[in-house]
Amino acid sequence: MIDPTQGGPAQGNPGQGRAAAGSPTDQRSWIERVPAGYWILGLILLIMPAVAGDFILYQIFGWSFILGIIALSLMFLAGYGGMVSLVQMTVAGLAGYMLAIFGVSAIDTISLGWPWYITIPLALIIAVAFGTLTGWLAVRTEGIYTIMITLAIASAFFYFTRQNYVIFNGFSGFNGVLPPNLFGVDWRAPAAFYYLTLFWAVLAYLVVLYISRAPFGLALQGVRDNPRRMAALGFNVTAHRVAAYSLAALLAAIGGILLTWQSAQISPGTAGIGPVIDILVIAVIGGLRHPIGPFIGAFVFVLLRTFALDALIAVGLSGERFQLLIGIGFLVIVFWSPDGLLGLWEKLKAARRKDPLLDRGGETPGGQR
Amino acid sequence: MSGFARRHPVWSVIIVIAVAVLLWMMFAIWPKWLTELIGSKKIFLNALFNGITLGGLYFLVASGFTLIFGLMRNVNLAHGSLYLLGGYIGYMFSDWTGYWLIAFPAAFILVGALGIALQFLVFRRMEGQDLRQTLVTIGISIVMADLMLWIWGGDFYNIAAPSWLSGPLETFFVTAVKSSGDLVFLKYPMVRVVIFAASVVIGVGIWLLLNRTRIGMLVRAGVDDRDMLQATGVRIQLVFLAVFAFGAGLAGIAGVVGGTFQSVAPGEDIRFLLASLVVVIVGGMGSIPGAAIGALIIGLAEQFGSVYAPTYAVVLTFLIMVLVLAFRPQGLMGRA
Repeated sequence: MIDPTQGGPAQGNPGQGRAAAGSPTDQRSWIERVPAGYWILGLILLIMPAVAGDFILYQIFGWSFILGIIALSLMFLAGYGGMVSLVQMTVAGLAGYMLAIFGVSAIDTISLGWPWYITIPLALIIAVAFGTLTGWLAVRTEGIYTIMITLAIASAFFYFTRQNYVIFNGFSGFNGVLPPNLFGVDWRAPAAFYYLTLFWAVLAYLVVLYISRAPFGLALQGVRDNPRRMAALGFNVTAHRVAAYSLAALLAAIGGILLTWQSAQISPGTAGIGPVIDILVIAVIGGLRHPIGPFIGAFVFVLLRTFALDALIAVGLSGERFQLLIGIGFLVIVFWSPDGLLGLWEKLKAARRKDPLLDRGGETPGGQR
Repeated sequence: MSGFARRHPVWSVIIVIAVAVLLWMMFAIWPKWLTELIGSKKIFLNALFNGITLGGLYFLVASGFTLIFGLMRNVNLAHGSLYLLGGYIGYMFSDWTGYWLIAFPAAFILVGALGIALQFLVFRRMEGQDLRQTLVTIGISIVMADLMLWIWGGDFYNIAAPSWLSGPLETFFVTAVKSSGDLVFLKYPMVRVVIFAASVVIGVGIWLLLNRTRIGMLVRAGVDDRDMLQATGVRIQLVFLAVFAFGAGLAGIAGVVGGTFQSVAPGEDIRFLLASLVVVIVGGMGSIPGAAIGALIIGLAEQFGSVYAPTYAVVLTFLIMVLVLAFRPQGLMGRA
């Protein structure tokens, strides 16, 4: 059992601060209540395709948003439910596989070639069913055991897809899995793909933010902090946890479909042990206390993954030492800031607020209101 | 034993029948219909013995894992890295000195020392914070995997067994009858037999250590109630240190064993971490007999699966885990 009084994801209520601002005494319209930082960030993200190149749009931002969505599903489970599940990348991978198997891919001996309006819902449904089943298994044990069980399930999926040639096409997987040409737009063109991933990332973010303050989310946080008391109050603890897994599986499945489209292929390596751990690293580096954390973590991770090669060579190390860099960064974050980069930011803010002499105004956007 | 039979009469009958069938299949000369049904007896016996010896190896890895978990509630996800490090150290020492047996104490001491360092420098600082400790072990395993890849490269190493261990051992199991009437006996690699015997000896040793010595008593008390043990004045940090060193050292020894009858290579760390996870989940967390039973089941399932249903071998292992979780979440030998 995770002790809620100690660090980690179990701390605090992420919705509290802003819920106060939305109290009945606040007469402003909802547009005014959205902090200025969000407007600026939104504007920057919207006009990004006008300034950034294709590589930045597709590889950096597109990939960050996708990994962010998958890590967000883990953040939702870990931050609000207290359940660290390593199976999210597997759910994403399964959704991608279903897309390739039922839809169109270059492996036309296996792919059924059904139209997108059947395949995508089918992929989502199967992935959610898988996620729910996993959750039902995982919630039978508590706290720290969840990591072990979900890791075992994730790796079983990886080894199974690698060995099975009848359905999953073994080691090579599927390639040529492309998004449908809806509205006459090529959705793999950099700008279109950027907006597609941005749309789903923002939607997923808002959904998680909304649920965290909805009755279900509040009950889930209650279950995280004290399952016995919630059970005594008449809440069905197991049902809440399993439902959280279902919702997280839906988010992860959306991320998985986008991920498959981005690289146009899906193979066992997509949901291998490395990527499964990467999702955890992303969520923890970003911070498990607020839904924006996974996106920050994903952005940092993608930047590192893309540019670490050059940086490492610049300091005289071989570019292969990327994993070392990620591992040490992860260790440093876990050691000194259990809440990730968000936690560091909060600490910084708190330290600034303490000393009035240092309060120079002119805060960075998004920080103060 | 009689208590178990009285409480679970149906299960006892099933177990007795299963054991009888197994013994018959091991010793009898197979009739023709059975050979036609599931293949030759040699394949069956080889799968059986490979499964048992693999179970022995899994037990060595998982016992350290379960010991550390049972006492400190620390899911040490760097356990696979300790195993792999033990393998590399064993390879270097046996290659350098030319003595295979030197590899075992070297791996035990060096990996155990690393375990002490980890417990002293890392885990003591975040005691009681299960999740953070587990996250840290993930970070450590990422770093260690990359450091080992840096030092030893991506090659496969095989620790050479000494000459007195190489070659097959003629067993007394009949695999077939020649047309001339001669019996054909099964030949089995000597190394595997010795390694299995060694893991049984180590298993019995751990059991004796835990159940017959003062330090074992402290460890068992700590597993049951850590706070109460501390309150009685036991210097629990020393016990933690000793158990962590011992568990890590066992992983190191297992690495040498694994490097002798399989190979040492990047990626093995994750394979054995997962094996010990599944073994411990099936057997029951923190229980040494549970680890033994779980290791045997998983080893057998893996080998029989890869012989009779190659594509679904992993699924078989996984199914066992799911079934155990569904019907007995605390594991076969775990306490609720």
